[in-house]
Parts: sequence; structure tokens; C-alpha cells
Amino acid sequence: MENEKPTQSLSQSPPTQGTKKGAQVFCEILQREGVDLMFGYPGGVVLPLFDALYDSPIKFVLSRHEQGATHMADAYARTTGKVGVVLVTSGPGACNTVTGLATAFMDSIPLVVFTGQVKTPLIGNDAFQEADTTGITRPITKHNYIVKDPRDLVRTIHEAFHIARTGRPGPVVVDLPVDVSVADIAHHRGREEMDLPGYKIRSEGHLRQIKRAAEAINASERPVIYAGGGVILSDASPELRAMVNKANVPITTTLLGLGCFDESDPKSLMMLGMHGTAYANYAIQECDLLVAVGARFDDRITGDVKRFAPQALIVHIDIDPSSISKNVKVDIPVVGDARNILSRIIEFIESKPREAWFARINEMKRKYPLTYDNSSEGIKPQYVIEEVCRQTEGRAIICTGVGQHQMWTAQFYRFSLPRHFVTSGGLGTMGFGFPAAIGAQIACPNETVVDIDGDSSFSMTLNELPTAVEHKLPVKVCVLNNGYMGMVRQWQELFYGRRYSKSYLQNPSFAKVAEAFGAIGLTATKKTEVPKVIEQMLAADTCCVVDFHVEREENVWPMVAAGKGLHEMDGLPTDTSERV
Amino acid sequence: MKRTISVLVQNQPGVLAHVAGMFAARGFNIDSLAVGRTEDPNLSRMTIVVLGDDATLEQVRKQLGKIVPVVKIFDFTGQNLIQRDLMLIKVAAPPEKRSEIQAIIDMFRAKVVDIGPKFVMVEVTGPEEKVEAFIDICRPYGVKDVVRTGMIAMPRHGKSEK
Repeated sequence: MENEKPTQSLSQSPPTQGTKKGAQVFCEILQREGVDLMFGYPGGVVLPLFDALYDSPIKFVLSRHEQGATHMADAYARTTGKVGVVLVTSGPGACNTVTGLATAFMDSIPLVVFTGQVKTPLIGNDAFQEADTTGITRPITKHNYIVKDPRDLVRTIHEAFHIARTGRPGPVVVDLPVDVSVADIAHHRGREEMDLPGYKIRSEGHLRQIKRAAEAINASERPVIYAGGGVILSDASPELRAMVNKANVPITTTLLGLGCFDESDPKSLMMLGMHGTAYANYAIQECDLLVAVGARFDDRITGDVKRFAPQALIVHIDIDPSSISKNVKVDIPVVGDARNILSRIIEFIESKPREAWFARINEMKRKYPLTYDNSSEGIKPQYVIEEVCRQTEGRAIICTGVGQHQMWTAQFYRFSLPRHFVTSGGLGTMGFGFPAAIGAQIACPNETVVDIDGDSSFSMTLNELPTAVEHKLPVKVCVLNNGYMGMVRQWQELFYGRRYSKSYLQNPSFAKVAEAFGAIGLTATKKTEVPKVIEQMLAADTCCVVDFHVEREENVWPMVAAGKGLHEMDGLPTDTSERV
Repeated sequence: MKRTISVLVQNQPGVLAHVAGMFAARGFNIDSLAVGRTEDPNLSRMTIVVLGDDATLEQVRKQLGKIVPVVKIFDFTGQNLIQRDLMLIKVAAPPEKRSEIQAIIDMFRAKVVDIGPKFVMVEVTGPEEKVEAFIDICRPYGVKDVVRTGMIAMPRHGKSEK
């Protein structure tokens, strides 16, 4: 790279004459793929690419760490449905995307991450800032490439986007050695069409299986639909709602499925699983038919898998055949895109009253509501979330980190819109929330974006505050500050005899930290201050961080301890007579 | 239980690492893995012997299907197969034992491919059991080294590949 001068003639010369560097072609192909925005961070071997970007209409958001860039692109993808794009340098730059890639991979989020690489003759020589990026990222990407021949550049970029966005989406890495970026592509024209003989997607769904699924639903007395992130990824929320309404079936969602169905609807059981509602979990254990749509029977959902939904016939709609019968034996698999399948299944569905089943569900809802004790002087974290929900009318885009605050958000924010909840479900990546909120706000400038975060999670990525300030993003951050890694502390309290080993943090004043970065910082220490401070926060037109000093040892209830059956919940309301 | 699957892959760098890495990451057990080009220079074939029950095999097949350069997967379970393993084996063969060893080699339709003052190198092909029987029978003489290709397999005619 050092001996290559950046090209001065960036005029769009026809490819057959003059020179066109790989870097210029890179920008052109991205535009052809519909990319108008990228996230990332420059460095040595990507200088030719950044030089080409200097003249490109593609907007670039500079993060303060490559992990942040990857989470931003991830949230951009989750909120818009488009592919999130990242450009970083080789070695440390590429390594810093690993957490973001794994996060996106576990939650099936379409990303294309371009990483610089040392020039091809140096590969394998332990050159400066060299890392085996394809080797490192192979198990955490849907696919990855290294482009060693400039003739493969165009085809590879097209394939990367195609693979990222189709089928079960996921992140794709394209490793670009610097000599490819500076190569004269005009003299290296290769095949541009995709060559993916092994990449087949079954999106249609087999008609016979669709009919069998519909018949099972029609025949069932006590059905439950269990919807996951796949419904949101395939934009199948309207089809799902239509199907649920026609079939008249109660529906629960996973963490990633929140928003695919309106939680204020009487048919909604809200979230199921380890910290799901008691009535969702009991409904699963009592149902005679479970219809999973775009969900993968994760251990946080099933509890003890041997005792999961013991009476149920299981229908599983999923685009990934490897999800079928991976954890739970499925009786009627339907492989395909959720939206296609739901829109066809509805034709065969009959409406049934199912009065006894709904009566039972309503009884459980009355008996075991999601609740918390809000009688103390201090701030209950759940109360902050309820108040944010009230003031945003449940319509904000909500991002979270990982831990107690994430579960409380899932429990106490009433989600009704798809692509409005951005959280790291599968990997459980602390620090995801704040960069995600930045990505979401860039993607949706007219929406209110609130990061409901924990003090520990926020501390991991608050270095992105200047990114938010620089781009004048009115991202709101509610730090539910209990001075602990709350979920770690909760498990230590419950399972390790209250030995709070290394789960305590000495925190700064988050308000002052925010101010130092040019954002607004607010602090609330009393319950009575909460509504007002949230009002101020929502009115702010720049990035605003509110440090809520919440009650320190509040726990997330109910809880299915690891290894227990879904019906074996702890922390259920004992005296329900007052609440009924 | 040992099961044989045959995987056609695009002949490109990283594909072996991808397949092997997937097996390791998901905790599947590989008994043997043999890779070679096919008649089409763009395609290679991997013959993988996997240890596992039906459910494991189903996951192996599905997970292989998700690897982008994997073009086609053939599960040979329950099929009538021709299976071959190729072995080179060095057996201690002092002059006084050579005729005895030669008799064994003839019985196995193996062949001597190299001979030195102390050892003979023998090439043995055949199904796994035959190759292993040869090792066992040579043990008393002293086995110095064994190299095996791993099993390759092809279904007999009539059992068409899907």
C-alpha cells in the first residue's frame, strides 16, 4: 500500500479505458446494492477504500470502536430490514468486530462487514496488523470471503449481500487485501454474476405441510402460537396477526419476537421462557398444540427440554431446516419463509371460539399477573420502564443491553410494533444497547429511540457518546443504575448464597460523563422525580443520558431456574386476592 | 453407530476448514474424512464417516447444508455401498519371517510396495474391516507405521444418488 499513490482521477471513466481501482469499484457496487450508509473505522490497509469513500455519496458513520460500528449496523438492519454495512481495517479492526458479528449471527441479522487485509503476498507472514480474519470469523458468520483476485471483487460483493439478506439472514464478512483495493479493475474484469450452486433457499413452504399444520390448528382445543424473531425478520407481522385473529388462538412471543403481535390484545400472553409471564409458561405446559413460527426452541425458552410442552403436538414453521427438531422433536415441520407460509395457512384456518381455553388463560392472567411492589420510596426499575412506556405511548424504538434491565424491559414495556425492540437475544451481548440505539436513530431519524440500559452494560460501550453527539442524534439513555451487574448478582443471591463475587461496580456519575461528551446528563434518585425527568429526557433534542439510581437488590420475577420445567417458576405472586 | 455421508463441495479455499470447524463447533464426531477432486475441477468430494444416532445424523446433514460452498449431501445410510480404505503399512520383516508375511499379504490380496533390510511396506485396500484385520494380524511381527486415506464409498448401481 505504501508504494501506491491514491488515484487522483476519480472521474467516472468507463471501465474499458483508463484506470479504475478496486476501491472505486467497491463504492460503485455498494451503491448498486442499495447501500447509502456505512459504519466503521479507518486504518492502514483500508486507506484506499476510505479515499474512494471521500468522493462517494455513501454516508459514513465513524464509531469510536469497531464493536460499536458493528452493533450500530446491526440495529440499522433490525429497525429497517435492510443490510447493515461495516468497513473496518485489518487485524485489530477486524478482531473488534467479532462480538458484533457473533451477536448478529445468533439473532440472524443481515450484515456485510468489510475488513481490510494485508496485501496478498504478505498473507501468512505475520505482517503488521495481520489477522486470519476468515479463520477467526468463520464460525460466527453465515459465510465469509477473502478476495485474493481482483477479478472476484464484484461477484463476491454481490454474493455477500445476497447471502446476508436471503434465507435465514446473517452476517457475511468480506476480507479485502489492500492490493485488491488498489488493483486496476479495468484490466481485471472477471465474472460478475453470482456463482452459488450450493446456496438454496426453501422459502415457499410445502403445500401438504401447510395443510397439515392448518388441520392441526383447526383440530386443537388448547393451541398456543409461539412466535420468534423470524416473524419480524420476514416482515410477517401483519400475516401473523391475521392468522391469530382468524384462528382465535392465544399467542406468546420470544424476546426477539416482541412487537410482532400487539401485547395489549387479549390473545397476547406476552413473553414466555425463563423470565416470561407465568400464564405464557403455563399455557405452553397445558396446550395440546404448539405452533412455533420463526423461533428455535432456545434453552431460555424451553427450560427443561424433556418436560417442555408435554401434551402438545408441535408444528414448527422455520426457514432454516436445521432448526427443525434440533432441540425439540417436531411433529409437523413446515420449512419456508414465515410470511409466505402464514399467508397461505390462513386460507385453511377455521375460526373456533375455544371458550374453555380462553377462560383458563384469563384465569391464569388474573392469578399470576406480571407485577412488582412499587410501594417503597426508592425508584423501582420496573417503574421507570412503565413510565417510559406510558410517555412514549409504547411506540418508541427500544434498545437494551443485557441483564435484568433487559428482562424488565421485555416484561414492562408494552410492545405493539415490529422492528421496535432491538436487543441481543441469542448471544446476550452486554454493551449492545447504546451503539444499537445510535444505529437505530440513524436509521429512523423521526422515531423516538430509547436505550434502556444497565449501569454495567452502558459502561461497556459509553465510549460511543461522541458518535451520538457528533451526529446530533437525540438518542435517550435510561441507565437503571443499581451499582451491580444485576443479573449476575441475582444469580449469586439465589444460587451462590449471596456471595456477591466481583459483581459490584464503582460507577461514575453517568450524568457528568454524558456532559463531558457534550450530551445532556440527568440524574434521578427519588421515585417522585421519575415522570418529570423522563419528560425532560424525551423533550431533549440531543443525546440525553438519565442516571436512575434504582433499588439495588430488586430481582427479576418470575423465574424458571436453569434446568427446571417451564411450570416450575419462582417468584410468583403469592397473595393474589388483592390484585384480582 | 458409524454412518457414511458424501459431500460435494465447491473447490475453493477454506471449505475444508469450514466443514471440519462446523463438526468441531457442534460436537459431532468424525471417524474419518477423505477429500479429493471429482471429474469436475470446480467440485471436490468429501467422504465423511460420522459417529452418531439418527437425530445426530439429521443435524449433521442439515448443518452441512447451511455451509454455502456445500453443493450436495448424500447420506449413504442403509445403502449397499462399495467402501474402500487405502493403507500403507510398514511391518517388521526380518529375512526369516518374510515368506510367512508374504503369505499373509497374498491372502489379503495386498502388495509389497517397498522393502528394506528390516521392514516391508505393504499397500492394502478394501473395506475398513479388512484393513483393520491386516493390522491385527501383523501386530505380532511389529507394526512400525500406518497411514490410511480414510474411507471412501460409492453406492452400487441401482441405488441412485439423490
